[in-house]
Amino acid sequence: MGSSDNEKGRDVDEGPQKVFSISPFWMGIYEVTHDEFDIFFKDANTSQNLGTDAITRPSPQYIDLSWDMGREGGFPVNSMQQRTAVMYCRWLYNKTGVFYRLPTEAEWEYACRAGSSTKYFFGDNESDLEKYAWYGKNSNAAYHKVGQLQPNAFGLYDMLGNVSEWVMDQYDENYFTKMKDVNADPELKPASRHPRLLKGGSYADDATELRCANRTKWLPEWNKRDPQIPKSKWWLTDAPFAGFRLVRPLKQPSADEIEKFFTLYLSN
Amino acid sequence: MATPLLSKANFFSGAEDTIKVALIGCGGRGTGAATQALSTKQNVKLVAMADAFRDRIDNSFKDMTGDNNIKSRVDVPEERKYVGFDAYKKAMAHADVVILTTPPGFRPIHFEEAVKQGKQIFMEKPVATDPAGIKRVLDAAEIAKQKKLNVVVGLQRHYQNSYRELYAKKELIGDITSAQAWWNNDGVWVNMRKPEQTEMEYQMRNWYYFVWLCGDHIVEQHIHNMDVINWFKGGHPVKAQGLGGRQVRKGKEYGEIFDHHYVEFQYADGSVLNSQCRHIPGTMSKVDELLIGTKGKIFCGAANIKDHSGKVLFQFDKKGENDPYQTEHDELFAAIAKGEYKFNNTEYGAHSTMTAIMGRMATYSGQMLEWDKLINSGLNMMPKEFAWDAMPPTLPDADGFYPIAVPGKTKYI
Repeated sequence: MGSSDNEKGRDVDEGPQKVFSISPFWMGIYEVTHDEFDIFFKDANTSQNLGTDAITRPSPQYIDLSWDMGREGGFPVNSMQQRTAVMYCRWLYNKTGVFYRLPTEAEWEYACRAGSSTKYFFGDNESDLEKYAWYGKNSNAAYHKVGQLQPNAFGLYDMLGNVSEWVMDQYDENYFTKMKDVNADPELKPASRHPRLLKGGSYADDATELRCANRTKWLPEWNKRDPQIPKSKWWLTDAPFAGFRLVRPLKQPSADEIEKFFTLYLSN
Repeated sequence: MATPLLSKANFFSGAEDTIKVALIGCGGRGTGAATQALSTKQNVKLVAMADAFRDRIDNSFKDMTGDNNIKSRVDVPEERKYVGFDAYKKAMAHADVVILTTPPGFRPIHFEEAVKQGKQIFMEKPVATDPAGIKRVLDAAEIAKQKKLNVVVGLQRHYQNSYRELYAKKELIGDITSAQAWWNNDGVWVNMRKPEQTEMEYQMRNWYYFVWLCGDHIVEQHIHNMDVINWFKGGHPVKAQGLGGRQVRKGKEYGEIFDHHYVEFQYADGSVLNSQCRHIPGTMSKVDELLIGTKGKIFCGAANIKDHSGKVLFQFDKKGENDPYQTEHDELFAAIAKGEYKFNNTEYGAHSTMTAIMGRMATYSGQMLEWDKLINSGLNMMPKEFAWDAMPPTLPDADGFYPIAVPGKTKYI
C-alpha cells in the first residue's frame, strides 16, 4: 500500500509504503449505479426525516447533480457525501439482511492493485491508461456507463477513473507513518465527520491522479454552491466526480457490531 | 439612532473600519448569507440577529460560532438576539449592513424599514409575494437610490462567471425571439403541524406551502430562471397566460400551493418565454434556461452559445466558475468599505419577482393577465395583523385542508 519515493507524481501522504494482511471480502465489480441507488433514493417506504429515524433516504436534490452526464442505463451514481453512501449500505442491510459497506482504504488499494506494485495496476505506462480508465484525456469531461473498458486482474472495472470512490477511513496525511509495519486490516476510524477520502481518481483528473496510491482528500469547496448553512448532509454541489462501490466481508459481523458500525459512521 | 450610523456608513477606513452586520431571518439561507458576509476580506462583524423563532437564532448562532473561519467575527451577545415579529427593527438599528433572509412575504416590510434606517442591504429573492408588496419595494427603492444605499439581491446568477460571460457575448445570437426556462425537481422540505402551535405559528413554520409567505414555488425558486430571461432581454414580460395545478401534492401538509405551472409570457416586442416549473418526485429533473435568437442559441446550463446549425460559437470554461453566493458578498462589502455606491439590484429583483407573481396569478386564474393591470391591482395577500394569535389570510377547513386556487373561478385581483 502506498507509493515508493521514486514514483513519478507521488505525494508525500502516500508513504512510506506498507505491507499488511487483509481479511477476505467480496467487492462489487462495478461502481454503484444511479439505477441501483434510485431504488433507495425513491423508496417511498423509507422516511426522509433526517435525525429521528435510523434509516432515512436522501433529501431531494435542488438541482440535478448528475449534471446531464446520464442517469439511466448504468451510469455511476455521483455527487454524494460519504455518509449518503453509508446510509445506502444500511438500507441495503435492512432490505437483504446482508452487511455491505464501503471498502477501507487498504482494501480498496489491495483490490485495485490486484497483485501489482506499479503506478497503475497494469504497469507504469501512462499511454495504456485509456484502455482501462475514463479520465481527463478520453472522458469528454463526463462519467461513462460502468464496465465499458477493460477490468484489472481481479476482474474489477473502473477502479481507476470514471467516478472517484469513497472509502471508509478518515483522511490523515500521516496515516502511513502512524501505521504499524505489520498490520492486519488497517483502518483509520473516523474521529470527526471531515475529512474522509476518495480513491482512484476520476473522469475529470489527469493521469497522475489516477495512480493506485493516489489519495483525494475531501475539501470544503465540494459544497461551495450549497447556499444553506448547515450545508447538505447528503449531497455535494461541486463534486460531480464522487461515487462509490461496495464490499461484503466474507465473515459477516454480528448484528450488534453492525449496529455499532452504522452508528459510528452515520453519527458524526 | 439611524442618523449617525448613516453618515458613518460611507466612510470605512483606518481604525474605525468595522462593518457591522445584522441578520434578519436566521434559517439555513440566512446563516449561509451571514457566513458569506463574514468570509469577505473586509473587517466585518455580525452584531445582531433577529428571527420570529428563538430556536432559529440558536441554531444559526451555533453553526456560525462552530465555524473556525468566522467565529471570531460573530459578536452577538444575548441582548442583541431579538425574537418576534418586530425583532427586525431592533436588530437593524445596531448595524451598517442588513441581511434580509426571512420568508419572502416579509421582505417588503423589512426592506422598507432598512431603507428608512439608511442601511446597506443584501436581500434574498423573491422580494415580495404579491403586487402590493412589489409596489412597496419599488417605492422604497427610489428612496434607497436617493440615499445611495447599496442593494444586492440574491439572484446569484448575476454574480456567476458563466452567466456574466454569456451575457457579455449575447450579441452572438442576434435578437432574442424566444426563450425557455425550467425548474423541475422533487420539491422541498415539509414541517408538520404540532398540536401546540397556533395557526399563525404553523404557517410560519411550514411557510413554503402558503402563498402569502412563499409566493408558491413558481415565485420562490423558478424566479431564478425567469430572471435570467428578463436580464438578457433587458426588460420584463407584459402579458402572461398559463396552466397549473396540484397533481400529487394532495396532503394537508402542502397548504395551498400548486405542484406544477406552465406559463407563456410575452414581452413588449412580441417575443415569448415558455416557462415550466414542477415539484413532483420521480419526474425528470431540470433547472436551466435557453435563449433563442435570430442567429443562434444560448444554453445557460451548458454555458455555451451555438449557431442554428449546432456549431459552437462560444464555450465557457467551467474551470473558471466561481461561487456566486460568495461573490455577491465579496463585491458588496468591497464597495461598502470604499464608500462606493455601486449596487442597485432592487428594480430588476422586483420586476423578476413580479414576473413570477404574474405567472402564478395566470395559472391560478386561467386568464390572460396584463402586467400594468396586475401591478396596479393592489392585490395584497398579507395578514392584517402580525401576532401568534392573529389569523393568517388563509385558513384550513375542519379537516385541516386549505382552499386551493381553481382556474376559471379564482380571481386574480
